[in-house]
Amino acid sequence: MELDPLILSRIQFAFVVSFHILFPSFTVGLACWIAMLEGLWLGTGKAIYRSLSEFWTKIFAISFGMGVVSGIVMSYQFGTNWSRWSDIVGNVLGPLIQYEVVTAFFLEAAFLGILLFGRDRVPRPIHFMSAVLVALGTVLSSFWILSANSWMHTPAGFDFRDGRFFPVDWWQIVFNPSFPYRLSHMLTAMFLTTSFVVAGISAWYLLRVRYIEHARIGLAMALGMITVLAPLQLFLGDLHGLNTLEHQPAKIAAMEGHWEGGARAPLILFAIPDDEAEMNHYELAIPGLSSLILTHELEGKVPGLKQFPKDERPSPRIIFWTFRIMVGIGLLMVLVAVLHLFLRIRGRLYHTDWFHKMLVGCMPLGFIAILCGWFTTEIGRQPWVVYGMVRTSEGVTPSLTVGAALTSLIAFVVVYTLIYGAGTYYLIRLLQIGPKPASDDLAGDAVGEALRPKRPMSLPDEKIEPAE
Amino acid sequence: MANEAFEWSLLTLTWVGIVGFAVFMYVLMDGFDLGIGILFPFAPSHEDRDVMMHSIAPVWDFNETWLILGAAGLFAAFPIAYAVMLPAMYLPVLLMLIALVFRGVAFEFRFKANRSRHLWDRAFFLGSLLATFAQGVMLGSFIQGTEVQGRAFVGGTFDWLTPFSLFCGLALVGGYSLLGATWLIWRTVGILQDWCFRIARRLLLAVLAAVIVVSLWTPFLNEAIAARWFTLPNLFYFAPVPLVTAGIAIALWRALGNGREALPFVLSMAMFGLSYLGLAISVWPMLIPPSISIWQAASPPESQVFLLVGMAFLIPSILVYTAFCYWVFRGKVTGDVGYHH
Ligand code: HDD
Ligand code: HEM
Ligand code: HEM
Repeated sequence: MELDPLILSRIQFAFVVSFHILFPSFTVGLACWIAMLEGLWLGTGKAIYRSLSEFWTKIFAISFGMGVVSGIVMSYQFGTNWSRWSDIVGNVLGPLIQYEVVTAFFLEAAFLGILLFGRDRVPRPIHFMSAVLVALGTVLSSFWILSANSWMHTPAGFDFRDGRFFPVDWWQIVFNPSFPYRLSHMLTAMFLTTSFVVAGISAWYLLRVRYIEHARIGLAMALGMITVLAPLQLFLGDLHGLNTLEHQPAKIAAMEGHWEGGARAPLILFAIPDDEAEMNHYELAIPGLSSLILTHELEGKVPGLKQFPKDERPSPRIIFWTFRIMVGIGLLMVLVAVLHLFLRIRGRLYHTDWFHKMLVGCMPLGFIAILCGWFTTEIGRQPWVVYGMVRTSEGVTPSLTVGAALTSLIAFVVVYTLIYGAGTYYLIRLLQIGPKPASDDLAGDAVGEALRPKRPMSLPDEKIEPAE
Repeated sequence: MANEAFEWSLLTLTWVGIVGFAVFMYVLMDGFDLGIGILFPFAPSHEDRDVMMHSIAPVWDFNETWLILGAAGLFAAFPIAYAVMLPAMYLPVLLMLIALVFRGVAFEFRFKANRSRHLWDRAFFLGSLLATFAQGVMLGSFIQGTEVQGRAFVGGTFDWLTPFSLFCGLALVGGYSLLGATWLIWRTVGILQDWCFRIARRLLLAVLAAVIVVSLWTPFLNEAIAARWFTLPNLFYFAPVPLVTAGIAIALWRALGNGREALPFVLSMAMFGLSYLGLAISVWPMLIPPSISIWQAASPPESQVFLLVGMAFLIPSILVYTAFCYWVFRGKVTGDVGYHH
């Protein structure tokens, strides 16, 4: 692999976007969870909900901060490294991104201030409303950015002249063919990811016999979500795959590791795909199953990579595996859901150590699955940046030099390692310290406020690091 | 046909207005909080530093969102400008982004840290300083002009690097510090406020000097700009701009002397407004001086209309809830007792 600005820009893009997506994966779900806790606190007045919400809001604040700064980097990447791409798709994708800013980012950012610092300054319903608006903002943001991304996979509603896209039908652009599948699959993925983190932390507290009351509520709510969403994700993933088969058959061939394709295609469980020889090594497969899954009949024909010209197909090397990891994790999540139901019926949910240990171990699963999913989707789109229309190599900035691209890549790697290392450290400290007890002083604002020092900043303004 | 062309010009002008407004809002709003970051290490005491940070903690993220609106607005309404200017300023943009990353996380981390607190203090200061400097350099290199062929930037990686752009970087550091100091005068009391009164006057002198130098230097960069200002009758039309600026500077000087609390912030914003106007006069109607005008850069009407429909409703609502959020956090900030109501 020779170092040219194109490959450096691709690595840089993959690096910063992979970092960025880790935070939305967690904060979108967390924002909704906090809004729910605030709603419960408003409705029932039980101090435990407020205490839980305050605890998770601290975690949220750090994650959100890191999400914001890595997001700002993203919106400038388009122009700096992919300027040709910006010019070619700007008329179509620019407005979608702009809508994301004005419907979502401002909403999140404005009400985040009140959510974090405003509890004692606004009436309770307004505080609750702020939590809901922040959550709404994060979901809207996902809506627009995924629409933009889906459009690059399944472009629709445009006219292509003078080497640029012109919008014709906005409805078709926004609701392009892969968007509904990608949006529902991704939102479900984010809620699953958050649920697994909440369940894992709660289980960890139970194992250490700390914050039992908080932990039980967290565990029950998170597992409830998982039990509904994990099977749903399996179903949505299947639909998503069928949609991809229709629009991007070469990608499916690569994900499945099929070179020949055709009827009665086997489901390959293990293989080392080889681009040069156009075959798989060490293949282990179940006959006929791939045709059955993809076409729902044994004789159904599935695509094979050799049907596509060499320069118009993605390499299966990475995505064959990332796809399997994602699906494997999805199945594991379904297993957790089943175990949960089983233990719940037996009444052992809060007393089964091995299950709690398993949940602690499952905490990173959502993040891994999301990264693997995106790698599958994006690498599978290659060599196109706008599927079938514009090649990735045509999108890169022509004036970009190797020196400049290398400088920025190294700078991002170093800075992100430092910053996100520190962020992870603070998050772990926060989790170790745990929630504040839900005393009833907190329940009545008026009383509680008189007793406590008047510090609306008390929420983030807490040292969590041991002093020297 | 003529009618259509007219409508399109109107649309494009509206978009120039919106993007111009977004950039200006950014300069004002992130300007004062970057300025506070620059003044941060010089504050009289530790407690004062906490106060400075508290005074912007609830709003900084919101302020920075205008920066994204500026970028996204360009991308949507003038894609070519986005596609030409960012590659031309690759390294300053990189510097700005990295500085903003450090500064942004410092807000969250600093309050959590104990042992490592001084590190985040430094990250906050250096992040603010370098982000401001990089923005000034970008402004300077924008005025200076960008080499374009067809629809792409064709200059070199270091074209932006000139004495003029570096000077603009310094000038903006002074300007944002002035905004920050006058914001603190408004929002704080006691020793910190006294200190801000003192430095604000010094900063005002520095900013005035910088504005004069930039104004005199700019026409030498570019004949079109010189012609814009120094031919008749333009000279008469535009003469009020420097005159009013001078008037505001005097008013600001006196307001600082008289111990006025809110007025200095308003007046420094007005100074920024006029400098911005002066800049617009210099480059109009170029979006990428010296070659691409707003007319050539505009996206097609289909894109502009689709966006405008939403903007007409969204921008006003953003302004309303911004006002609400600032209002929730109104009043003086002090160190140990939180906000006074
Ligand atoms: C599915 C969701 C999703 C995806 C695919 C992306 N983002 Fe993101 N982004 C969010 C979901 C999100 C969010 C949930 O709204 C964030 C995360 C944390 C946060 O602060 O807001 C956010 C923050 C965020 C910010 C800061 C906003 C602020 O100041 O509040 C910017 C500028 C971007 N993103 C831009 C991008 C770009 C250019 C992307 C594409 C390459 C991208 N995001 C992918
Ligand atoms: C947020 C989760 C995402 C992840 C983890 C992700 C990951 C990736 C990866 C790994 C590549 C590199 C593929 C390759 O070059 O082999 C890529 C390419 C690309 N993606 Fe995404 N992507 C995400 C979302 C998006 C979104 C939302 C957009 C735009 C709206 C986008 C735009 C692009 C573009 C323009 C490229 C081409 C440049 C390149 O090949 O590196 N991506 N992405
Ligand atoms: C359970 C079985 C699952 C199946 C059958 C499945 C199926 C798929 C398919 C076919 C794609 C590729 C879409 C394309 O071609 O562009 C995809 C993408 C993706 N998957 Fe899954 N998936 C499953 C589980 C999961 C889980 C558990 C997560 C995360 C928690 C997840 C997260 C993602 C993400 C983030 C993407 C990329 C974005 C997108 O295209 O939606 N998936 N999935």
